[in-house]
Amino acid sequence: MAVSQETIEQVNSVSEKYKYGFVSDIESETAPIGLSEDIVRFISAKKEEPEWLLEWRLKAYRYWLTMEEPDWAKVNYPKIDYQDIYYYSAPKVKDKPKSLDEVDPELLEVYSKLGIPLKEQEVLAGVEGAANVAVDAVFDSVSVATTFRERLEKEGVIFCPISEAVQTHPELVQKYLGSVVPYTDNFFGALNSAVFTDGSFVYIPKGVRCPMELSTYFRINAAQTGQFERTLIIADDESYVSYLEGCTAPMRDENQLHAAVVELVVLDNAEIKYSTVQNWYPGDENGVGGIYNFVTKRAACRGVNSKVSWTQVETGSAVTWKYPSCILQGDNSVGEFYSIAITNNLQQADTGTKMIHLGKNTSSTIISKGISAGKAQSTYRGLVRMGRKADGARNHTVCDSLLIGDKCGAHTVPYIENQNRSAKIEHEATTSKVSEEQLFYCQQRGLSEEESMALIVNGFCKEVLQKLPMEFAVEAQKLVGISLEGSVG
Amino acid sequence: MLEIKDLHAEVGGKEILKGINLTINPGEIHAIMGPNGAGKSTLSYVLSGRDGYEVTGGSVTYKGQDLLDMDPDERACSGIFLAFQYPVEIPGVASATFLKTALNAQRKFRGEEELDAMEFLKLVREKSKELDIKDDMLKRAVNVGFSGGEKKRNEVLQMSLLEPDLMLLDETDSGLDIDALKVAADGVNRLRSPERSALVITHYQRLLDYIVPDFVHVLADGKIVKSGDKSLALELEEKGYTDISAA
Ligand SMILES: Nc1ncnc2c1ncn2[C@@H]1O[C@H](COP(=O)(O)OP(=O)(O)OP(=O)(O)O)[C@@H](O)[C@H]1O
Ligand SMILES: [Mg+2]
Repeated sequence: MAVSQETIEQVNSVSEKYKYGFVSDIESETAPIGLSEDIVRFISAKKEEPEWLLEWRLKAYRYWLTMEEPDWAKVNYPKIDYQDIYYYSAPKVKDKPKSLDEVDPELLEVYSKLGIPLKEQEVLAGVEGAANVAVDAVFDSVSVATTFRERLEKEGVIFCPISEAVQTHPELVQKYLGSVVPYTDNFFGALNSAVFTDGSFVYIPKGVRCPMELSTYFRINAAQTGQFERTLIIADDESYVSYLEGCTAPMRDENQLHAAVVELVVLDNAEIKYSTVQNWYPGDENGVGGIYNFVTKRAACRGVNSKVSWTQVETGSAVTWKYPSCILQGDNSVGEFYSIAITNNLQQADTGTKMIHLGKNTSSTIISKGISAGKAQSTYRGLVRMGRKADGARNHTVCDSLLIGDKCGAHTVPYIENQNRSAKIEHEATTSKVSEEQLFYCQQRGLSEEESMALIVNGFCKEVLQKLPMEFAVEAQKLVGISLEGSVG
Repeated sequence: MLEIKDLHAEVGGKEILKGINLTINPGEIHAIMGPNGAGKSTLSYVLSGRDGYEVTGGSVTYKGQDLLDMDPDERACSGIFLAFQYPVEIPGVASATFLKTALNAQRKFRGEEELDAMEFLKLVREKSKELDIKDDMLKRAVNVGFSGGEKKRNEVLQMSLLEPDLMLLDETDSGLDIDALKVAADGVNRLRSPERSALVITHYQRLLDYIVPDFVHVLADGKIVKSGDKSLALELEEKGYTDISAA
């Protein structure tokens, strides 16, 4: 799907038309539909960004125009019209549900199974006017946020929206933004660099162990970070942080396309643990209305003995395209990737990781658990590269697929590039099916067919679930069961 | 408790049960013996509702209800427990988790309060001690890497915890050493009560020295060809099935 010459011309003509005339009107809360240099300028102006950031966005935008949408992943989705998207504050959609009565009852059932309070359900389901009320009512955001902040400030930890960090800590943002995922990296990354509206910024100073798990959960909907989220986390020497992204409740969003970028920078002897539960709306059983989730996540282990763990539970979205990666630059640095990807009905997931070993004695572990049910297709795509100087580097990969029923598929695509003779690479892959015997055994002990399935699949995922922070793990376990509903019988 | 009338069933399109008649009253223990491939396990699967075991004729009434109309989990929750001839492995699921999930599912079905982690732990420790099962086994994944005998003992542990009304034991003695056999039989005997019944499938009369049955039946080629009291088992041991069936 190339960006045709025609599109470029169209874009240019649009930009021409809006030049200045539109940008000067930054009082406006919304920008017109479509993408152009002016839209990029508008976003930057709205955020009162410094010149360097605007320049960076524009470079990204111009580069994006020359790129083609990737088509190598094993996913199919209708062609995305990038001129048919609002890049800044879409006008309020009129048919937002007015109350929970108007929300898909199936979605509500899932909420109640997860034990989510009513007010919070309204936020998640996108009920009109719910966000503000609910944020106070549910998260008690003022008190939570302040106690939270005070403790973090005491330690010197910075945890704020990235737009705020641009104002308050421009030197840190300028130094690290795009240093792990340059705008030239890939199509969706370039798009994100041009138009990102918000996301999280974290800086852990030297020698600090972040006193609590940092969670975006406190921020959902408060900031409406939307479809082009940008996250930047920096762990300075000898520091540690555990960061939780997402939440287990399926979130609806009017924006079909999500293209986030997450950059992690880990310095000497520092560690970042990054856990994600992704449960965007997958669409109905015909796949209608689901989110397309194209994410670029990458960690640079720059320091010696630095460490990154990516743990993800992917159950949502119609289409997922995601490869959290580690660049193991510092000697003895460690990269880990633990993943559970569940696809049901017509969902498609192409996910995996890249471990790029550059430094000496670097090591990486990959444990991927893919579960497919219904007519879903799930692909693990993993790259392990041992650079020329990566003496004594090691990788161990375990890639297990579990099939439920016979209409789904699981695919494993390992890429191995070894330029160093002393490097060791081990790869194990298995594919299994949930057997009738196992289901019957559980049912004979009193579990329903669905409970049996949930138990068996949770067993299959155990090694990865164990890597999640405790409270996240409990929720994720429930989620595994719920995601597979309708997959048996 | 259980009334089986002219039960016919097929597996993979082949008729295996060819007209079984059997009545089990509360408190009774019935032993079933019979040659390999006679249909003993098939009978236990039909009673517990396994997929693929298709009933083609006859009826089964359990506690006055049409058993064949119930889902497998409903049967389990109504008190039917099958100790499997070949217990199934469930990787990644700790035995304790499995037991707790099962017990609470059954309690919920009966409208009883679910046990919390502490209450459960106390109960399961007590039961496993009775059966000489080490705590360490409860932490391991269900049946994964268990020895043949450990698997069988684990079945008895599950049964002791779930306290069923109708116990179906499919060759629970096979693979147990002599000491373990006694321990397992004690486990079954502890559950014996005037309200509780059992169907014990075995090849060896030795088990019946420990679990003394009220009736012994010989199942051959899908039919009960002979019934008697416990002396029938001794007779079988002596003469083998061919003579008995012919007699
Ligand atoms: N899926 C199947 N398809 C065809 N035949 C089957 C199937 N399952 C079982 N059978 C057959 O049904 C018959 C009865 O088997 P069953 O397991 O009930 O015997 P059994 O009496 O328990 O024997 P054993 O003493 O060896 O345990 C056997 O001949 C077996 O081969
Ligand atoms: Mg058998």
